[in-house]
Amino acid sequence: MWNEAQGQEIIRRHAGREGALLPILHDLQATFGYVAAESIPVVADALNLSRAEVHGVVSFYHDFRREPSGRHILKLCRAEACQSMDGESLAQAVLDRFGVTWGGTTADGNLTIEATYCLGLCSCSPAAMLDGQPIGRLNGATVENLVREVEPQ
Amino acid sequence: MTRIFIPQDAGARAVGADRVADALRVEASRRGLDVTLVRTGSRGLFWLEPMIEVETPAGRIAYGPVTAGDAATLFEARLEEGGAHPLRIGKPDDIPFLKQQTRITFARCGIVDPTSLDDYRAHGGYRGLARALQIGQPGVIEAVTASGLRGRGGAGFPTGIKWKTVAETAADRKFIVCNADEGDSGTYADRMIMEGDPFSVIEGMTIAGYAVGATRGYIYIRSEYPDAIRSMEKAIAVAVNRGCLDDFCLEVRVGAGSYVCGEETALLESIEGRRGQVRAKPPLPAHKGLFGRPTVVNNLVTLATVPAILADGAEHYAALGMGRSRGTMPIQIAGNVRHGGLFEAPFGLTLGEIVDGIGGGTASGRPVRAVQVGGPLGAYFPRALFDTPFDYEAFAGRDGLIGHGGVVVFDDSVDMARQARFALEFCGIESCGKCTPCRIGAVRGVETIDRIIAGDRRDANLALVEDLCQTLKFGSLCALGGFTPYPVMSAIAHFPEDFGRPKLPAAAA
Repeated sequence: MWNEAQGQEIIRRHAGREGALLPILHDLQATFGYVAAESIPVVADALNLSRAEVHGVVSFYHDFRREPSGRHILKLCRAEACQSMDGESLAQAVLDRFGVTWGGTTADGNLTIEATYCLGLCSCSPAAMLDGQPIGRLNGATVENLVREVEPQ
Repeated sequence: MTRIFIPQDAGARAVGADRVADALRVEASRRGLDVTLVRTGSRGLFWLEPMIEVETPAGRIAYGPVTAGDAATLFEARLEEGGAHPLRIGKPDDIPFLKQQTRITFARCGIVDPTSLDDYRAHGGYRGLARALQIGQPGVIEAVTASGLRGRGGAGFPTGIKWKTVAETAADRKFIVCNADEGDSGTYADRMIMEGDPFSVIEGMTIAGYAVGATRGYIYIRSEYPDAIRSMEKAIAVAVNRGCLDDFCLEVRVGAGSYVCGEETALLESIEGRRGQVRAKPPLPAHKGLFGRPTVVNNLVTLATVPAILADGAEHYAALGMGRSRGTMPIQIAGNVRHGGLFEAPFGLTLGEIVDGIGGGTASGRPVRAVQVGGPLGAYFPRALFDTPFDYEAFAGRDGLIGHGGVVVFDDSVDMARQARFALEFCGIESCGKCTPCRIGAVRGVETIDRIIAGDRRDANLALVEDLCQTLKFGSLCALGGFTPYPVMSAIAHFPEDFGRPKLPAAAA
């Protein structure tokens, strides 16, 4: 959860840096899990920007979340190379397995599934990324491993 | 002591390289063997990954694809001596896929330890910079121009001319920006270099900085590449500690999931801390780029190739290739393909040689039906165009592009109407919103294709899509809106039978 003192400390670390907004937003998201609405006026004030400008940047980039995600984040690639290996039906099966739609979080708050357009693993398609770890050659069996990895014990 | 090399490339990790490394470590210590594991980049033969190599008196011997469960039998077969085993491939350089390549940009990738500056130097690193300092700034620009090197991001603009423009523009500060926002599906050359040979990027940028008079550089890496970001940051830290970056300051900036930020002016906006919206040109970034200063924006492969050009001579590089496409191109063979991987070769191979010959056809074993070259904005080529040579002008002459060198193979189960629809959908998702044809046209395009798929006034709606594509092509500032017509129109032109079928198999399922 957002904590102003901690947020201020993150912003301070980037003081004097040219073009500091994206690095600050990345750090805020890495710390709090999302970019809280409360952080926007604080960042705007520190960088001498309007709140609208900061909001415009946060909402432009797909990466920035405006609400907390699940404990795990699974990114499934939906780009052409993965499509060519039937990644779309596999992705649909994963979504169905967890009962969510794209961008959704499971009811127990354990997993968020997001679409991504290319992870650069295109010779090992279909590809995914679980909490930053790359997974290639996805198939029914690897999906089951993945399920075991994220389900609470 | 025996050294065993295991790739740390994200593509190898994605298929279990870390588990293999752990298993080999455990097994070697259980047997009391004196073995050192070295994590390298990938050689780029992804169907053989994880491919490990062991150092023997006769040279390196490769095994693959290895799983963690193979560790015991590998050591039983005396892996440390290159012993016989069903997974033993032999010398990597004898594998036809590698043997047929001309590796210049990727000469060290998969061989060296990407964290070791000494390894980099031992394999020819920093010879290019030494030569640059000998021949002076105009000499460097002359050499890069004479090499015929063109932008490997896709636009193919002559690198030497770009550098000359920045060098001749007076300013208090200048910048070198390395574009590592490699968003095209089917491409991973930038990622492989960053994970396998990051010092070549640092050296290339240092040379560029010297040539144009810039003292600061930024490497803009997409956030989808966490491994590459770590690897690049580590290499910069090593270079700083060892005094290689005393006169040139380098910083990694991380993207935030926007495809259009791969467009150079959107990328500059993003580094400056704004929405990744495309700027109108002129002014060119070479005159007014980052923070309003003259800026060289080059693709990562372009910059990583510069050291080799200077070290071995412009003539050597320019002697390779065809027509106005000089030197080599790292072709990334991806998707539904049997032998997927990175193949660096002089320009001029035909698409058929790449897909059927080198790639070995589809992974599914079904016939190849379509190939998308150059990422999501590249055209879909049917087998009838397989005689097209891999060359900037030859592809443009057939209403396609080579882009960043990605080749995505599809078998005969592909539905080309769905692919055309996806191209427009992707354009809509990723549009920066600046140009109306791209922002709104993409959405209307998806709706129109949906009508065609539903069999609603097929011919009238196809004419409408064509008209819309004309508007996108001529009414957009950048390649996102301007080139989305390539995949759409090529799908319609070469695969008309897929448009207006009463029902899609997937929709019926």
